[in-house]
Amino acid sequence: MIRQHLLVAAWVLAVTLTTSAQEVDLRVRVIASKLRCPVCQNESVADSQSELSAQMRTLIRDKLAAGETEDQIVRYFVSRYGEWILLEPPRQGVLWFVWLAPAAALLGGAVLVIAYLRRSIRPHPHLTP
Amino acid sequence: MADSQTVTPRRPLPWAWIGMAAVVIPLLLVLAFGLRRDPRALPSPLVGRMAPAFGLQLFSGGRLTLGELRGRLVVLNFWASWCVPACTDEAPVLQAIWEQYRTKGVTVVGVNIQDHEAPARTFIQRFGLTFPGGMDPRSVIAIDYGVYGVPETYLIDQSGRTVYKYAGAVSVDLLTPVMAPLLETR
Repeated sequence: MIRQHLLVAAWVLAVTLTTSAQEVDLRVRVIASKLRCPVCQNESVADSQSELSAQMRTLIRDKLAAGETEDQIVRYFVSRYGEWILLEPPRQGVLWFVWLAPAAALLGGAVLVIAYLRRSIRPHPHLTP
Repeated sequence: MADSQTVTPRRPLPWAWIGMAAVVIPLLLVLAFGLRRDPRALPSPLVGRMAPAFGLQLFSGGRLTLGELRGRLVVLNFWASWCVPACTDEAPVLQAIWEQYRTKGVTVVGVNIQDHEAPARTFIQRFGLTFPGGMDPRSVIAIDYGVYGVPETYLIDQSGRTVYKYAGAVSVDLLTPVMAPLLETR
C-alpha cells in the first residue's frame, strides 16, 4: 500500500516537473522569438543556432527563474541593444510610419493604376470622328 | 474606309509625377543617410549612460570589477582567439595603448567571449598581452554591453560612464583622439 502511494506521488511529481519545464521552455521561446539575433540575417533569437543566441536564451531562462516578467526581460534587451533588437518595431511615434508605409504605398499604387486605366478607356476630347 | 481619327500624345498626369517624386525622393534621402553612416559605428544605447557593472574572472587569477577602476579611463575590449584578422590586428594596438597610457590613468581590459580557455591563453602569450583580461564564458558581460560580435571596444570614463563604442579592429589613430580629451579633464 505504501509502495503504491509512493509510486503515485513520484508520478505526480514527475508530471508536475515536466509540465513546469515545458512552461518555462515555452516562455523562453515566446520572449526569444521577439528578439533579433545580433549575428544573423533577420532571424530571431528563438530560431537561431548561433552561440550568442543560445547564450541569450540561457539568460532569458535565468531572468525568468529570478522572477522577472516577459516585459522586463524584453526591456532589458532593448536597453542594451536598442530597439533594433526587436524583430517587430513597436507601434508608437514615428515607427508607425514603418507599419503604415506599405499599406499606404499599396493604396497609392492602386489609385494610380485605376486612374491610369480610367484615363485610357475614356474617349479623348482631341480625337475627332 | 480611312480612319480619320488623329491621336495626339497624352501628357502624363501631373499628380502621377508628384506621387512618384513623393515615393522616390524620401527613398533616395534614406539611402543617402544610410550610405553616409559608418557601418562600424553601431549605435549603442549605453553611450552616455553609466556602464553596466561587471566582475571578471582573470586569466592571471583573481577577480576584477568595474568598480575598482573608478577614476581611470577604461578601454573595455571584447575579443576571441578565433577572430582573425580583426582581433589579431588590434591585439598589438591594445598592448601599445596599455604600455603608453597605463601610468596616465588608462586601464585596458580584455573580455574573452565565445571561446575556449586554452586557445585564449595561447593568443595572450602569442601577442604578449599584459593588460588584465578574463573569460566571460556565458557572455553575460557581453550581452550586458550589447555586444554584437568580436571585436568590440568601449571606452568608460573616470566616472563610470560609457562614452564610446566601436565595432571592429581599433587602431592607435582611432582611439587616441577619443581618449585625449577624456584624459585632459582629469
